[in-house]
Amino acid sequence: MRDVIIIGAGVIGSSIARELSRRELDILVLERRDDVADGGCSKANTAIVHAGYDAKPGTNKAKFNVLGNPMFDQLCEDLEVPFIRNTSLVVAFEGDGMQGIYDLFDRGVKNGVPDMQILDQHTLRKLEPNIGSTAIGALRLGTGGIICPYELTMAFAENAVENGAEFELGARVESVRPENGHWVVVMADGRELETRAVVNAAGLYSDVFNNMVSENKFNILPRKGEYYMVDKTYRDAFNATIFQLPTDKGKGILVSRTVDGTVLLGPTADDLEDKEDTRTTAFGLAEVLEGARKSWEQIPMRSFIGNFAGIRPRPSDGDFHIGEVADAPMFFNAAGIESPGLTSAPAIAVHLAEEITGKLGAKMKEHFNPKRKAIPKFRELSNEERAALIKEDPAYGKIVCRCETVTEGEIRNAIRRPLGARNVDAVKRRTRAGMGRCQSGFCTPRVVEILCEELGLDPTEVTKFGGNSKLLVGRIGSEKEGE
Amino acid sequence: MERIITCIGCPMGCQITVTLDEAGAFQSAKGNTCKRGAEYAKDEVTNPTRMVTSVIAVEGSKQPLCVKTARFIPKEKIFDCLKEIRKAKVTLPVHIGDVIVPNVCGTGIDVIATRHLQ
Amino acid sequence: MREIDVLIIGGGPAGLAAAIAAKEAGVDNLLILEREDKLGGILKQCIHNGFGLQMFGEELTGPEYAQRFMDRVEELKIPYQCGTMVLSVSPEKVVTAINPVEGLEQFQAKAIVLAMGCRERPRGALGIPGWRCAGIYSAGTAQRFVNLEGFMPGKKVVILGSGDIGLIMARRMTFEGCEVKACVELMPYSSGLKRNIVQCLDDYNIPLMLNHTVVDIAGRERLEGVTIAEVDENRKPIPGSEQYIECDTLLLSVGLIPENELSLSAGVQLGRSTQGPVVDETLATNVDGIFAAGNVLHVHDLVDFVSQEAARAGACAAAYVQGKGAHSSEAVPVEEGFGVNGCVPQLIHPAELKEPVKFMFRPRNVYKGARICVDIDGEEVLRGKPHMIMAPGEMAAIEVAPELFAGRDTIGKVTVRLEVRA
Repeated sequence: MRDVIIIGAGVIGSSIARELSRRELDILVLERRDDVADGGCSKANTAIVHAGYDAKPGTNKAKFNVLGNPMFDQLCEDLEVPFIRNTSLVVAFEGDGMQGIYDLFDRGVKNGVPDMQILDQHTLRKLEPNIGSTAIGALRLGTGGIICPYELTMAFAENAVENGAEFELGARVESVRPENGHWVVVMADGRELETRAVVNAAGLYSDVFNNMVSENKFNILPRKGEYYMVDKTYRDAFNATIFQLPTDKGKGILVSRTVDGTVLLGPTADDLEDKEDTRTTAFGLAEVLEGARKSWEQIPMRSFIGNFAGIRPRPSDGDFHIGEVADAPMFFNAAGIESPGLTSAPAIAVHLAEEITGKLGAKMKEHFNPKRKAIPKFRELSNEERAALIKEDPAYGKIVCRCETVTEGEIRNAIRRPLGARNVDAVKRRTRAGMGRCQSGFCTPRVVEILCEELGLDPTEVTKFGGNSKLLVGRIGSEKEGE
Repeated sequence: MERIITCIGCPMGCQITVTLDEAGAFQSAKGNTCKRGAEYAKDEVTNPTRMVTSVIAVEGSKQPLCVKTARFIPKEKIFDCLKEIRKAKVTLPVHIGDVIVPNVCGTGIDVIATRHLQ
Repeated sequence: MREIDVLIIGGGPAGLAAAIAAKEAGVDNLLILEREDKLGGILKQCIHNGFGLQMFGEELTGPEYAQRFMDRVEELKIPYQCGTMVLSVSPEKVVTAINPVEGLEQFQAKAIVLAMGCRERPRGALGIPGWRCAGIYSAGTAQRFVNLEGFMPGKKVVILGSGDIGLIMARRMTFEGCEVKACVELMPYSSGLKRNIVQCLDDYNIPLMLNHTVVDIAGRERLEGVTIAEVDENRKPIPGSEQYIECDTLLLSVGLIPENELSLSAGVQLGRSTQGPVVDETLATNVDGIFAAGNVLHVHDLVDFVSQEAARAGACAAAYVQGKGAHSSEAVPVEEGFGVNGCVPQLIHPAELKEPVKFMFRPRNVYKGARICVDIDGEEVLRGKPHMIMAPGEMAAIEVAPELFAGRDTIGKVTVRLEVRA
């Protein structure tokens, strides 16, 4: 019998696992995909740590956003996750007028957001010379930041594992039922796992599990956001993250640098039927450009390195579901977590872990290690640090991804570490190999070779992201034997 | 009658106009910039040939061996040639020029190795 | 820090030819740095024939052509280091590189020859929407898997782009038993060599669909098919013209981009139309002592011309370190006139020419019966023979003798242009 089973290893499930691992608890996290951060929007979002002016006052969204935001400095230092407080600017344009900015300021005050200023056009243009010509002013949020959302998720998960939590990947939960005062989690492969408490962090499918156990039902309404990624040569186009006034469908289309130096344009907001439809569309991508152009009139149309889409798990009643379900004791929701979910994750984790600990009566561990060692980023090291690293491990002297300067040492580290990479995209998310200008054209054969060496695979077994996403179908000449 | 063909003798890719008689026999060619072009044009309409290049998996080597027909072979024998290449058993080491398949498809032309392989 | 007279970055056909020329010109303190484990560059995976016709008068495959140069490098005892990646080049010609055994090394070079080659444009740069499934490769990556690793990327293939690598892979995949369903090309003309259209598509009845492009990709995990559509004069898809083609592999051959990250780190100025360094007739860039040749300078069709160009760069780099490289006159810009794109060199020193200068460029469109002309300050000085056909997929060239520049006090600019039939 486990103490806690967490369904979902996205940023929410992983951060909860880490918080719970501070306690003497037997924790198991179940993730249906082949990697953490791979099942939903934890890997496909705008990567912003929000200031918290946007959410409706009095909601969980507002509360946990504002609680979570200041936690990032210490957290990212402990977990060695790239995080920059580059500030946010909500920009008003000629057609909008400034009233929207004043309203957001008021809302920010109500939500307890610190360090806000209203900027006139002159000040705005001094800060951001490239802002669109019709901009008239902005709300500046000093606490706004950018982060790598999947690295954060992996860091939470790795640290949780190092502190005793267990993760099972490729493990899909079929259903949950109460039995004799505890819970039974039924797996797709037929196994039945018993646990005292369940945490529902299942993102896009968090409605499914909630609705199995409670009369207070809600639905997840998938909403797709499409993005363009712009080449690093434009990393300095803007310093702050540039928002436009929010619409009824969300925060609107942003222009934001990422911690890696690329620039994200997006997202759109299109409601879907299919929770897994992460296709980008001609229509959606055109919408991204149309929207982004107000903020950035000189979008470099020949410098895109890629595009992608993420699906937000929008809750039908509009707010996060956090906490023990009234009619399902010891079943805890961390459900319907769309934006500002990433920013809220550490605060949700602390809150929920306290609630669960109280109910389970668990003790704090004597030795919890909050620190996690990231994979060394060769591209960011000084020459002296590089020389020392290569001396220690010659694999760091071999470049595999030349666009992003990723070494063989980093790739092997990515595969060998706790919750290590098992497919090409997992290597990519951990190291950036394949995320550069040539989009894995050069490094793929080498990454495949290293995966095979480390995991004992045949090249025909290697996948892009698990399931049927195989890269190679066979050997040369193998079809023709005996003809 | 006339046929226009693209010479593939070299990447100049000259467009050569070939004149044939009623029986389809070669009469003349124009548009070529070198003698080989005229020869190619004649052959291409009467007896088209190609060089075949391919790779074979080799036991004991991760890298396959790449090979070519030592000279151009009749175009209609390309796939039979590939079949014979695929059946070839190769022992290491191999050097450029080593005969891998002698007299492929009875053409009198060998298939030879085009890289060294240890 | 090791001091090297001529340091060559890249051990492919350009780097090898440059090193040989520098050595033959009397430079002993030279070094080739190559990132892969063996010399030869991209030729290692180009197992098809078509190399060496100009250079050796023989029909060689890529590996055979490379081996000729590698043998000569051994013969001349030219030092080289494989498995070594150059991370940066400073404007003072300090080269920083890493190697598993040597660790991090720095070299102070007197002269550098940039020979890093080019990379392929990926799907991301084209912005093709749809699923981001497995089974989509650039043609060169697929070529590496098949020819160097011995693995098949798929069975039912569609090729986007009629660039040479895509055409070569159409035949390659056909030879390995795949069904290549179509080669889809956005423009009204192919971007590859005509000989490859004949030998790789026509020979195997693979349709070349001009004025078409891929507008959608289907397949959640592995590719299942692509939707293609016809495009109008503005290269925009025509609604209603969509066709679905079932396939498990999409190979992209949609353009090569010279790899100039290192050039930029050294302060080398790049030309807009080539995306490679701006050079003069000695292949010298704007940074004193840094030269460039091969695909990093501009994308070539024929490796024979890469070798020729790189040999010149190597010889000029040698002359530079021997103190013979100083210029006595100002450089004159070379303007791209009508129909001319990516002309190299972009600068010349007319007063210093001792031998003919060869201008290489790509025609902007398909032209029948066009002549290549050269003007000095707007006055025509050379009018070439008409070419039966010129196309963007086939590099064009014109040689201009030094005498044509003689007898002028000052030259403001030189123009290379096409004259088309009325």
